[in-house]
Amino acid sequence: MFPVIKGAAYILAHTPDMVLHNGTTQTTERTVNPDSDYLKQVPKNLRSLEQFVSYPPNQTYIGNLSPDELAEIEMPWYDKSVEGGAAIGEMGEIFAQDEFIGWIKISDVFDLVLLEKDFTDSIRAKIEGRTGLADNFRTALSEGVSAERIEKEIADKGAEALIHDGQTVGCVKRAHDIDANLNAHVIFENLVSKASAAMALVTLIERWDIDPESIDYVIECSEEACGDMNQRGGGNFAKSIAEMAGLIHATGSDTRSFCAAPTHALINAAALAQSGIHKNVIILAGGSTAKLGMNGKDHLKKGLPILEDAVGGFAALISENDGVHPVLRTDLVGKHMVGTGSSPQAVISSLITAPLDRGDLKITDIDKYSVEMQNPDVTKPAGAGDVPMANYKMIAALGVMRKEMERGDIPGFASKHGMVGWAPTQGHIPSGVPYLGFATKDIMAGKIHRAMIVGKGSLFLGRLTNQFDGVSIVIETNPGEVEADTGVSKEEVRQMVAEAMRSFAASLTE
Amino acid sequence: MDLENQRRVLEFTEEFGAENMLIILGAAEAEAAGLAAETVTAGDPTYAGPLAGVSLGLRVFHVFEPEIKDELDPEVYEEQLGMMEMVLDVDEIVEEMKGIREEHGQFN
Repeated sequence: MFPVIKGAAYILAHTPDMVLHNGTTQTTERTVNPDSDYLKQVPKNLRSLEQFVSYPPNQTYIGNLSPDELAEIEMPWYDKSVEGGAAIGEMGEIFAQDEFIGWIKISDVFDLVLLEKDFTDSIRAKIEGRTGLADNFRTALSEGVSAERIEKEIADKGAEALIHDGQTVGCVKRAHDIDANLNAHVIFENLVSKASAAMALVTLIERWDIDPESIDYVIECSEEACGDMNQRGGGNFAKSIAEMAGLIHATGSDTRSFCAAPTHALINAAALAQSGIHKNVIILAGGSTAKLGMNGKDHLKKGLPILEDAVGGFAALISENDGVHPVLRTDLVGKHMVGTGSSPQAVISSLITAPLDRGDLKITDIDKYSVEMQNPDVTKPAGAGDVPMANYKMIAALGVMRKEMERGDIPGFASKHGMVGWAPTQGHIPSGVPYLGFATKDIMAGKIHRAMIVGKGSLFLGRLTNQFDGVSIVIETNPGEVEADTGVSKEEVRQMVAEAMRSFAASLTE
Repeated sequence: MDLENQRRVLEFTEEFGAENMLIILGAAEAEAAGLAAETVTAGDPTYAGPLAGVSLGLRVFHVFEPEIKDELDPEVYEEQLGMMEMVLDVDEIVEEMKGIREEHGQFN
């Protein structure tokens, strides 16, 4: 029987200081042009936590505002706010930067992160209050150290500063004197990814009341790599994150494919759950500080605040069929193959219509397509257009070429079968998966019947191939007791077996 | 334009000569196409890459422009580009490209 998706959780960490100190657009500028006006303007154009929380797309990301409700708010959104918008959402949570720094500290098990004593005390209650954390991590903040000690590590030993409200509140030490893969910068980025994934995992466990001991496997699908100089991408962020939430019966592994990775992870998890190898599989990913303020120059030029001020994360639980939750149609999976080619037409056909054809479905039989759900408020001013809208237009155009739709239906297709984008531009985070939570909810409520999750990735960034990548999978209403993959119900099977036994018995008496 | 692509355009131009170069763009928006066209004619407007301050004046077209489209096998064009032609604002792209060529092109 097809596996099911039980629920998803989403987190955002508001990281204004990290925009300036850790986003590559800003760190590159500091190297190339240290006195630039842009660097002086950045701190004056960062959003407060209140502005960040009430920002409509962020409210959608954590489940407080549906995609339909977001679409009703006139764009641009950066100057709008959701009244009463809370940091705690139906499907997720927004974390303040100081708390996030605390999570970075407890994610470190090699004594590489030092936090100042008073700062540690100021965040202790928040960390220790997380019931989803394993006890040994919940209490891992320790006492904290003096500010002098931290300054010394930064000045003399190449440690990376942790800054909050313009003050150095801690540092990440290097893990090796020579190995570039273990320098303070790499350790910092890996801990950011681990911490934000752990925040999503803990949120998932707390929100959906999941028994941590019931989880068999974790697939991590971020865009980072961990290891030393002898195994640069050795990996298994997954297990390190599972440990933090006390998933004592789980192991795990990492899946990589740039922005396509979360959908690969979803399909892999579905296969494990359907085959019975593992009953309960969690897919998850944390975010990255490198992408903070990526389009900051364009945003400031157009009078906008810095909108890329969040580290994102997500987690979702895939399990064996329970007859209730939406099923993952593992027979309706799309894949961009090595031989597919890179024209948009070939890409969209391989991801959208190839799986639909297998199920004898039309493009319009999918109620909602979840593509790259990047927030257009961020991408449009940067000249990258409205990414989800561009995808919907392509899907609709393909529908016209296949004569399933009229050309005049193209403009209306996006609002009917698509959604406005709401996810932060954190690469893999906006790709297909932001809708998993809403899809589960809307399918169970009978609001929609069928959705397609599409992930696409730009492999050329790794300089190993010019190949593009992408995969997709259909999610739909659970038919209940019906064996959906054979179309035969349990009752029918029982009758067939009874009939066979009767004829067998008859053959014996003949 | 991507810095690596700027470097390659510059290297090919040095190797084969500017008069023998033809740049074909596939950008999805007029603004992006215009910026790329400007980069290989007037020079990198962002002053970030190898073509900053280098005015090559190369021949540059968008793949949707008739000069290129008419050279292609219609079947291949339909298969590879027909869908995108339906989706994008071709007129706006063509207009933008013409403007850049007239202003900065040296081999029109």
